[in-house]
Amino acid sequence: MIKRITTPLTVEKVRDLKSGDDVLITGTIYTARDAAHKRLCELLAEGKPLPFDVKDSIIYYVGPTPAKEGQAIGSAGPTTSYRMDAYSPAMIAAGETGMIGKGKRGPEVIEAMKKHGAVYFGAIGGAGAYLSRCIKKAEIVAYEDLGSEAVRRLEVVDFPAFVIIDSEGTNLYETGRREYLESEK
Amino acid sequence: MREIKSEVITKAVRDLCIEANSFLPADIKNKINCACENEPWPLAKSILGIIKENFEIAEENHVPVCQDTGMACVFVEIGQEVHVDGNLEDAIHEGVRQGYTEGFLRKSVVRDPLDRVNTGDNTPAMIYYSIVPGDGFNLTVAPKGFGSENMSQIKMLKPSDGLQGVKDFVLKVVEDAGPNPCPPIVVGVGIGGTFDKAAFLAKKALMRNSDVRNEKKFYADLEEELLEKINAKGIGPQGVGGRTTCLAVNIEEMPTHIAGLPCAVNINCHVTRHASTTL
Repeated sequence: MIKRITTPLTVEKVRDLKSGDDVLITGTIYTARDAAHKRLCELLAEGKPLPFDVKDSIIYYVGPTPAKEGQAIGSAGPTTSYRMDAYSPAMIAAGETGMIGKGKRGPEVIEAMKKHGAVYFGAIGGAGAYLSRCIKKAEIVAYEDLGSEAVRRLEVVDFPAFVIIDSEGTNLYETGRREYLESEK
Repeated sequence: MREIKSEVITKAVRDLCIEANSFLPADIKNKINCACENEPWPLAKSILGIIKENFEIAEENHVPVCQDTGMACVFVEIGQEVHVDGNLEDAIHEGVRQGYTEGFLRKSVVRDPLDRVNTGDNTPAMIYYSIVPGDGFNLTVAPKGFGSENMSQIKMLKPSDGLQGVKDFVLKVVEDAGPNPCPPIVVGVGIGGTFDKAAFLAKKALMRNSDVRNEKKFYADLEEELLEKINAKGIGPQGVGGRTTCLAVNIEEMPTHIAGLPCAVNINCHVTRHASTTL
């Protein structure tokens, strides 16, 4: 069954999402990668406001290619998430409730997700041309000097993802593989 | 002596950068199509379906298959009877600059690994030269994404580790990588040489058509065996479980020292890109 979710992603909505769920996300999400996360977390450490409202927000780990004429954005698939592990606990504590990326997360991130109520979505890595079509609008909100790594506000419609790790810490990378291997026995 | 103008090289590199990023090689596309048909695990099958649709969209619309349009790895095979009119190396970097700026590709290169300021045009290219007999000039551009590059490893095995040591190491690298490098992956393995040559061989192995096995039967069999063992792990497409973890294992080997057994494993994602031309 596909779950449709709309932003803002409140903690109540987060608790309803379970590892393995197929979701379609509609609404406003923000992009940030390594360099932007570093700056955002420096602001948090100094007690300064972030350039966007982080409460109940979804951050998409992506650095898109430049848009061609007629495109809202270029190819825009997820980047590997573990590089954001150093920053995610602080972002989650500040109110971020959803992360979209691909690949494993560290225990400190999962602990923060359980504590504050956040969910980790996987988008299909390498499917940048496909995912780009679900992004209807893109606008830089901070750190333009970072180019592809700038923070962008995206308007997405039915952006496909699946819940990798839910707010209870259940992890599809572990359960999916185990269940598949059992099915082959 | 044959003359090749540096502008011709620039133009060729430019075009290859754009082509390689939008059009997957036929062998990789076939392998993804076959995997999609044979995948028994439902979520894995639907992911492979989207991966297939993705490369079709990229091809049809001339847009990058993946947003990580990589560092431009440029393999230059230059005949010793060729003279380049102009600066060869500058001509290649200029081709990358033009390809990545005019082709709407992502600029993913920083000028220094520690100060991390983007160069803004995806230069410099990573260039690999080989000098060969004759007057030919072959160029291959392979945009290498770093989601998979970061999952690569090298190990200086002991001679006593032998074949089993090589197998264990390759399987360990794939296990460590798990879902991170965007499986289904292609695995390049370099065995022998020195520390650096083993790594180069692993990268070179990724340039080989994934349908072509190592010409030595021993290594061809090892490629098949490792492919089977990797796919028995059940990591699956994107790591969600499934039969399709790896599309191909390509091994390149060379002589090495009596004291050593270098083994490098270079991982590539399902967006294994390379385009070639002959001037």
